[in-house]
Amino acid sequence: MSTKLRIMVPVKRVVDAAIRPRVNKAQTGIETQGVKYSINPFCDIAVEEALRLREGNKDLVESIHAVSVGGKKSQEVLRTALAKGVDTSTLVDVGEKEVETLSVAKVLAKLVEQQKSNFVLLGKQAIDSDANHTGQMLAGLLGWPQATNAAKIEISGDEVTVTREIDGGEEVVKAKLPMIVTTDLRLNEPRYASLPNIMKAKKKPLDTVTADSLGVDITPRVEILKVAEPPARGAGVTVETTDDFIAKIKEKGAL
Amino acid sequence: MIRPSLGVRWGAIRAYSKLTAEHYNVARGSYGSIEQSDLDFFKSIVPNGVVTDASDLEMFNEDWMHKYRGQSKVMLKPQNTEQVSKIMAHCNARKLAVVPQGGNTGLVGGSVPVFDEIILSLANMNKIRHFDPVSGVLTADAGVILQNADDYLRTQGFIFPLDLGAKGSCQIGGNLATNAGGLRLLRYGSLHGTVLGVEGVFATGEVFDGLSSLRKDNTGYDLKQLFIGSEGTLGVITGLSIICPPKPNAVNVAFLGLESFDKVQEAFVKSRSHLAEILSSFECMDASSLKLASHHCSLQAPLSDVHPFSVLIETSGSNSAHDEEKLSGFLEALMEEGIITDGVLAQDETQIANLWYWREFIPEASTKAGGVYKYDVSLPLPAMWELVDATNDRLIKQNLVGSTDEFPVVDTIGYGHIGDSNLHLNVAVRRYDDRVEQALEPFVFEFVAKHKGSVSAEHGLGFQKAHALHYSKSEHMIGLMKALKRHYDPNLILNPYKYLP
Repeated sequence: MSTKLRIMVPVKRVVDAAIRPRVNKAQTGIETQGVKYSINPFCDIAVEEALRLREGNKDLVESIHAVSVGGKKSQEVLRTALAKGVDTSTLVDVGEKEVETLSVAKVLAKLVEQQKSNFVLLGKQAIDSDANHTGQMLAGLLGWPQATNAAKIEISGDEVTVTREIDGGEEVVKAKLPMIVTTDLRLNEPRYASLPNIMKAKKKPLDTVTADSLGVDITPRVEILKVAEPPARGAGVTVETTDDFIAKIKEKGAL
Repeated sequence: MIRPSLGVRWGAIRAYSKLTAEHYNVARGSYGSIEQSDLDFFKSIVPNGVVTDASDLEMFNEDWMHKYRGQSKVMLKPQNTEQVSKIMAHCNARKLAVVPQGGNTGLVGGSVPVFDEIILSLANMNKIRHFDPVSGVLTADAGVILQNADDYLRTQGFIFPLDLGAKGSCQIGGNLATNAGGLRLLRYGSLHGTVLGVEGVFATGEVFDGLSSLRKDNTGYDLKQLFIGSEGTLGVITGLSIICPPKPNAVNVAFLGLESFDKVQEAFVKSRSHLAEILSSFECMDASSLKLASHHCSLQAPLSDVHPFSVLIETSGSNSAHDEEKLSGFLEALMEEGIITDGVLAQDETQIANLWYWREFIPEASTKAGGVYKYDVSLPLPAMWELVDATNDRLIKQNLVGSTDEFPVVDTIGYGHIGDSNLHLNVAVRRYDDRVEQALEPFVFEFVAKHKGSVSAEHGLGFQKAHALHYSKSEHMIGLMKALKRHYDPNLILNPYKYLP
């Protein structure tokens, strides 16, 4: 007796992966003006995997719902997800401020309840904060099994088998639905959004709610004091002989 | 003299690095030969810039495709215009032939010697002289590498108005000398428009001080234009000033599938009116081009089905929301009117880079089977793909095309800059074969001449196409060019054996 999947895919809007982030003048965060934003690459992989699960077996997936926690502009990444083939979406409008991962996980837990999702597929981390917390915290809050850093996902009945990338090799884990899976880079190559789907996506539902309306307090607990670039690497020196070289590294305390 | 072959022979690495003079049976001009006293003089001018070691000279004697190889015994690397002037005055008095050389990335053998011409390298003239962030005018030495100029400008919020595949090696002086076209000519125009001033040295050593940064200057003949596209035959470019556009904040790329070349033209006309000022590229490739590329590329194909033609459209603007709205409105209109059958829109920078890769990888893919005959022509748009079809038919009729090894030709492909009416016709081959060459030449040139096109749209003439100039220029015009050459270079010492027939 198999359960139909109601997949939730949380997606985050981040500074494009190909762009080098710069610290802002006030040293309170990164420069956001005039910078290109895109869907977080790991979230893109999660969207792709949800679509492939459906394409691989039509009877497996009942719905795919995308969620983004962010400002109004996060609608862009939801549109991207919809254009690729996601059915419906919700923006949790929290304004422009960065929300801590625990708050995000609490918001998602509420939405999982509302949407009656039984499978949450999300990026292992967002490339801006690199926290790698949200999936794990969400699993903790819901009390569901989790498989992180997925490189392969197979579903058979209620059983989900995930191949994980770990140091020095692969690990295969198995759990029963409902479940959380976070995606790694090699899981798949995300598709392009086709024009017919981009046009269709404009008519797809995009709800907006607030954290308040979900009853989640997102007040930050951590205060960022200062953001700074790592010190620039100093210029190297050219040495004439091996003896000079040895003297130099001794001087630096490396030998 | 046996005429040089016009098919650029990529991939045939060592087989064609014969001496150009022997391979094409060229006779040396009556130039002087370098003596010790010449070397002593050069050393007094550029003490650290006289290279005579044969192994050090190898890579400057040969072009990067290993197609042309000269026999120069000395390379000079001046650091300023005054040194260039002294060198040229000496060479002119001694009738020593000189080949100016930038990054040596040319496609027609224009920057390497044929015999023992002195290689005059601009590599040590590599300084940005001045940038004015108000007007956007950059003044720089000729030997600045294009990528370095662009990187510098980007830190100032500007970009270089020229972009091309060889940007990491080519020099901006060489770009001017060859009037390089590239990927964004559609948007920023040709160097004849963006270059505001040129500093150069004529063959006689006379300095041409034309380093103006004025946008408007109607005082007399615009002499700097003589240097642009002259391929080092009139003088040596030592510095330049150029007006640079602001860096676009928002770039979008779409990749479209179309049924016919007529539809490509319709899409092009519409793109100019709908996208107007934000359109920065309109590149076309046929199904054979993408098929060839897909054999050698592990990236996901942009479109799942095969379309007779594909088009890459790029927009560059200042406001992403505004540009996206414009572009999506335009693309929807194309879909609704049935001009395009399918398409994708890049969602992030990685997808933008990957879509561009499909276009930029085609030249390389065309060489993978063994080699390629390459033609870079300008043609009126309606006739453009007629040439590809006619060439393909001709090769098939002569039984030269097939999927097995007995046939020399793999496929005939066409791609190019539709926005500039510039077609790259490539015949991908398993090996070079005289029958293929005879089927292609002079057929291609005659076709181009009949449609009043150009036999060299952006690669220049160099050694390879000097003899084909008459397909695009009248005897009268060639006569005027020769008179100009004699006026500025009376001893014909600059870049001999090339450019003019």
